[in-house]
Amino acid sequence: MFDSSSIIVGLEIGTSKICAVVGEINAANNLNIIGVGQARSRGVRKGEIADAAAAEEDVRNAIVEAEQMANVEIRSVYLGVTGNHVRGFNNHGVHPVVSADREITQEDVQDVIKNAKAINLPADNSVVHAIRQHFQVEEQNGILNPVGMYGARVEVDVHVVHGHVNRLKNSIAVVKGLQLEVDEIVFTGLASALALLSNEQKELGSLVIDVGGGTTEFVVYCDGIIKHTGVLAVGGDHVSNDLAYGLKVPMNRAEQLKRDHGAAVLDAAVKGQTISAPAELGLVPKTINLEHLRRIMSLRLQEIFELIERELSHLGFLERLRGGVHICGGGARIPQIEALAESVFQLPACPARTNSISGLKSALDQPEFATAIGLVKFGSLQQKRRPANGLTGGLKKTLADLFKA
Amino acid sequence: MTAPIEKTDEPALKKTISIKVWGVGGAGCNAVSALDASALEGVHILAVNTDSQALEATAAANKLVLGAKRTRGLGAGGDPELGRASAEDDLGKMSAFCADADIVFLLAGLGGGTGTGAAPVLARKARESGALVLAIVTMPFEFEGARRQQQAQSGLQLLKIAADAVICLPNQKLFKLLDEKTSVVDAFKISNALLAEGLHGIWRLLTRTGLINVDFADLCSVTRGRHAASCFATAEASGDRRAEQVVEKLLAHPLLDGGRVLSDSDAVLVSLVSGPDLTLVEIDKMMEPLKRQCENAHIIFGAVIDEQFAHRLAVTVIASCREPQPARENAGSKASSLHFLDATTDARPPTRATPPPPEMTLEQKQQLFKTQSAKDRKRVSHRQKELPLEIVFKGRFEKSEPTIRHGEDLDLPTYIRRGVPLN
Repeated sequence: MFDSSSIIVGLEIGTSKICAVVGEINAANNLNIIGVGQARSRGVRKGEIADAAAAEEDVRNAIVEAEQMANVEIRSVYLGVTGNHVRGFNNHGVHPVVSADREITQEDVQDVIKNAKAINLPADNSVVHAIRQHFQVEEQNGILNPVGMYGARVEVDVHVVHGHVNRLKNSIAVVKGLQLEVDEIVFTGLASALALLSNEQKELGSLVIDVGGGTTEFVVYCDGIIKHTGVLAVGGDHVSNDLAYGLKVPMNRAEQLKRDHGAAVLDAAVKGQTISAPAELGLVPKTINLEHLRRIMSLRLQEIFELIERELSHLGFLERLRGGVHICGGGARIPQIEALAESVFQLPACPARTNSISGLKSALDQPEFATAIGLVKFGSLQQKRRPANGLTGGLKKTLADLFKA
Repeated sequence: MTAPIEKTDEPALKKTISIKVWGVGGAGCNAVSALDASALEGVHILAVNTDSQALEATAAANKLVLGAKRTRGLGAGGDPELGRASAEDDLGKMSAFCADADIVFLLAGLGGGTGTGAAPVLARKARESGALVLAIVTMPFEFEGARRQQQAQSGLQLLKIAADAVICLPNQKLFKLLDEKTSVVDAFKISNALLAEGLHGIWRLLTRTGLINVDFADLCSVTRGRHAASCFATAEASGDRRAEQVVEKLLAHPLLDGGRVLSDSDAVLVSLVSGPDLTLVEIDKMMEPLKRQCENAHIIFGAVIDEQFAHRLAVTVIASCREPQPARENAGSKASSLHFLDATTDARPPTRATPPPPEMTLEQKQQLFKTQSAKDRKRVSHRQKELPLEIVFKGRFEKSEPTIRHGEDLDLPTYIRRGVPLN
């Protein structure tokens, strides 16, 4: 049996599927993916819980599958959260160094981060992440760790991701309902970026777009730090919905057509082509104009990218993304999606692969699993960062388990 | 071959100053033709060209063919050197026209042969015979090519040295006055009309005895010694709000680059013409924004009462600045060509109609910003209730919270919102 503290589970409650990934920190202190479980999601719309009972059942299925595959018992998860209510922005904190010799201590750093986190959020919003970007000691900029440096004033830039408290609680409640602990909630876009980007790509400046079922998350890394995050509550579901409306077919058939015949770019070859949707599952056979299908689809996808492009160009990040655009999520499976992204962003684009993590090749190669794998990686980083916490946490859990048993 | 010289003597002038207008070259002659001779009483108009055929078509009272021996009356062919030589050949004939002139206005279009070459020679001649020489010239359109631009620039340099003042109208700036449908003929007509208008304004300024007089000496003090291109603009308005309107028009005038020329100039002559109903308050209303606009400048103000201008108000502004003008001129014309591509982005000049933002402390500003952002946030959540009329069925997203970005409901199919037809 594995020691529970070395097992890290990432759980993403997505709009189209629920995905649990089990990772193990092996003896060499490396992260290894040992199990994946997934279930079709029914109770989620646009990344948020719409039917808690259905969602709970689906989460249970995914967790059970992952447990069986990894042969572990899952007790706690790192939970991915997203939704239209999640926002990201940059904030700045200042703290005067009070000690006599002006040496910056760990406490000063914690204080300055606390100051940066003290922001004027709407009443019912809470901070999901406050990621430190760069410290500034007096006038010296771009400091990564100021502890031990000298200065009268220390400042920090943080990227704050915040969301609506109650809506965040909804997904936590689903997990808690299954007698699982939530180690931490993590913004899914951040998790995807963690899974996909190497340090060089973060340094170069990269944009990660996670085109999911109900939402599209995007994260900008520049100079190795997170510069911007955002959520657009538009995703693959919208594509299917547009197709269902435009081609006058039921939703499930639209979904099937999207998978079988969809593409992100409208090329000249499809002009006038038709496809016949066979009669199945009680549906009448139907002839569908392929050009219309592609046009509806490419317009929607183009719009998603354009909205992101507009936001980023407004903030002036587009020129700094020399690492290109990385696309993950189910949307990365759409043929020619990278060509569309290239034309919209005028940057090199690629469907991203999860790297820097070893383990099940079948799981690592799927763009849909990027978020859940990223959640595991996030968890492993958290545990590495605070080994003492992890240990006591683990100890506490084992004690608690003893009492339960 | 002898050149036809027509000469109709006007009645001897009883004015204290005698004004002559010379149109030099094709553009100059056209501008002279556009002048309304009857309005400029007592002005001696002369058209000078190397092209006898073009000269023939000119409506001016007096005509002179230059360099008939050299060019045989066929024109200078766009060669300024030929224009200059022709003018120097016939300089003797010009002396008759220069005699007893106090002010000579030279109208010319720079860039060609005669205007560019002959105008500086004639200006020097007139100046030698004791007249104040004011050259009002047009610069070629940019589409006329780099060579003509270059010729025009060197001609302008020479003219600046030869004449007391040069008032320059870059034709390129005309684009701001024109719309897409204006024909080429009309464009040149407008160019000529502007030249004539400027001349008219200055003439009025000099000849009409004013309520607040601006005279010859004032004009000299603005223009003389400033070997730089001056700019001029004329605006006219009538009605109750004529004082405000005339200033608005003036500050929006393309030749003043939306008032920017005024703020850069160091001497400005403002001449106002109106009927007997002009009030002092109106003068104040008009001068106040102008004064604010050209705070660095020495302003000379003149007001003239003219019965013909009853209920109307016409203002002529001549602005000149000392040295950096040529460089600025270039920058200005470049900027103007950019602006003409995107006329809507042109910043509106400050007017009386839009007051400056109220003075606020930082705290107040932050407060204002906060309340606005709070409102914005609320508006987003309200918007879903404000959309009762849903023509397109949103399918799966019928019941969920709408995704609204930039005022668009993203749950509706993109192709419908963009109006892309599926035929």
